[in-house]
Amino acid sequence: MENNHHTEEQNDGHIAEAHHPSYGINILVWIGLLSLTAITVAVAGINLGSLALTVALVIALVKSMFVINFFMHLKFDNKVFKIFLGICMITFIVVMILTFFDLTFRI
Amino acid sequence: MANGTIAAVPQTAEVNFYNVRTKHKGILSWLLTIDHKRIGIMYLFAVVFFFLVAMTIGVFMRLEMLTPGETFMKPQTYNSLFTLHGVIMIFLFIIPAVPAVFGNFFLPIQLGAQDVQFPKLNLLSWYLYVIGAVLALTSLFSGGGIMDTGWTFYVPYSIRTTTNVSLSVFAAFVLGFATILTGLNFITTIHRLRCPGMTWFRMPLFAWALYATSWIQVLATPVIGITLILIILERAFGIGIFDPALGGDPLLYQHMFWIYSHPAVYIMILPAMGVVSEIIPTFSKKTIFGYVPIAISSLAIALVGYLVWGHHMFSSGISDTSRVIFSLLTFFVALPSGIKIFNWVATLYKGSIEVTAPMLYVLLFIFIFSIGGLTGLVLGALNTDLHLTDTYFVVAHFHYVMFGGMGIIFFAALHYWFPKMFGKMYNEKVAKTAAVWIGIGFNMLYFPMFIMGYLGMPRRYYDYLPEFQKYHVFATVGSWVLVSGIIIMYINLAIALKRGKKAPDNPWGGTTLEWKTSSPPIMENFKEIPTVTTGPYDHSITESQEVKK
Repeated sequence: MENNHHTEEQNDGHIAEAHHPSYGINILVWIGLLSLTAITVAVAGINLGSLALTVALVIALVKSMFVINFFMHLKFDNKVFKIFLGICMITFIVVMILTFFDLTFRI
Repeated sequence: MANGTIAAVPQTAEVNFYNVRTKHKGILSWLLTIDHKRIGIMYLFAVVFFFLVAMTIGVFMRLEMLTPGETFMKPQTYNSLFTLHGVIMIFLFIIPAVPAVFGNFFLPIQLGAQDVQFPKLNLLSWYLYVIGAVLALTSLFSGGGIMDTGWTFYVPYSIRTTTNVSLSVFAAFVLGFATILTGLNFITTIHRLRCPGMTWFRMPLFAWALYATSWIQVLATPVIGITLILIILERAFGIGIFDPALGGDPLLYQHMFWIYSHPAVYIMILPAMGVVSEIIPTFSKKTIFGYVPIAISSLAIALVGYLVWGHHMFSSGISDTSRVIFSLLTFFVALPSGIKIFNWVATLYKGSIEVTAPMLYVLLFIFIFSIGGLTGLVLGALNTDLHLTDTYFVVAHFHYVMFGGMGIIFFAALHYWFPKMFGKMYNEKVAKTAAVWIGIGFNMLYFPMFIMGYLGMPRRYYDYLPEFQKYHVFATVGSWVLVSGIIIMYINLAIALKRGKKAPDNPWGGTTLEWKTSSPPIMENFKEIPTVTTGPYDHSITESQEVKK
């Protein structure tokens, strides 16, 4: 997707206009998000026991990745922003895991 | 605002930023300024005001503890005072003091830039800080009266008390936004506005410390924002997130509170450590020992500091598994802190040490912070923590780390950068006397609390058994000594502001970029954007940085 010209533009801190996704892709992502919402609702009706939370979080994660990458243009943006988001995601996951060390093993 | 890496700088003559002509005059030239230096000065006066308010409250608390039972206030008043003392000190002084005052003023100059990346956002941060402070003060005189939950707002008590918790926590919520925006501004400034030649590993260590701090501010502060809003919703609508009576989990509140508030401890201390890394090479006339380890240890503290919040909850009923994990992780955080201390001491070794007032405060910091850090390990160990939790030992440890760490370094930074900020010199002899007075008073006030805590004196108690009185009397006298030192220090600086001698551009022989510009700096900081060719603490070739004033 990228070429040298665009990389230079991004390095200068400008948003690369040419990299905005087309309407078609945006609509596809929108349909994908609606489908995942429907799946979330459907899965909520199934008794998955302790897996229910994990399933809901995974679906939410996929949805947020669609929004961040396409609607917020991260997919087409400078690498440093992807690293920033990665740091935030890792922090969030580690915090969740550490919290669940309490909840899961609490007597 | 222009990018700091562009060489051409618009000239507004050689007038310093106080005297430069601006669009607005008088008080408006301050209230509507987007100059990072003026915003830093506005933060300075605000945080010093709140520090003095919280200090006065602390003195009243110590007076009450002079004798067992009622000395001169009721228990409810005491509860409100220790809450106020904590909330004001933490949210209005310790968190913003070093980054918002000295970070704002010196980060762009140390990077060779003209301003922060988003100057208007910077002013908005100051207004959010002031609005948050006004809301906090309003909460004292409205609703059900002064909050009595302690600064931790623990549920279920904070949900049930009739005091004005909702407005107070909303004030903290607004203050959080000021912190987030400042963090965002600093991260972007460091990435985008470094002058030519200023590579990452040529940045001053204060900038490194601010970078690590800013990441914590951006990542952790939203968590407390959500948590505080949930308290308000719980109080207003009984949504049952934290209230056990409605199926909520009070330990979830503690997790969420400390997920922010433990990293917040590093928001408080990391910038102070950055200041130490500036002062020690300047007054040792030596390149700092272990530049890279100190820089990386700031990031390591930020990272590991994020993973240890559970040690505040060892006695709260969390699972044994998580207690063991959090205890282990807590010991890891001592490593990067230890790296810094050893590198600072190694820098002093064989240096031409000049014991000025800022250096005296730094030496005091190393002594006090080492005690604070080591007693933190005592609290990080599961077995000893169970004995000491919620006792005066915790109060002593916290003050040794926070006041002895951040507070003392705030004084050091104030003395170190005072000539640059205000263009005036202070009386060095009086400043040193105040530092010694503060050091003695500090240890008299807080050291007995370690002993009391070990002997079982619980914290936040209005009354105590007679056998503790001798320690309380000693601590209260210590508070008088400490406050005397602080008053002498501020009066000395106030006199210097009024009629101090004119400060030279580089009174201490510093090597970082702020010492290459005039005192006080001109509006654009430098006549021409500097080009950096060496590391920040190269005392062997101090003139090698190609900088024109």
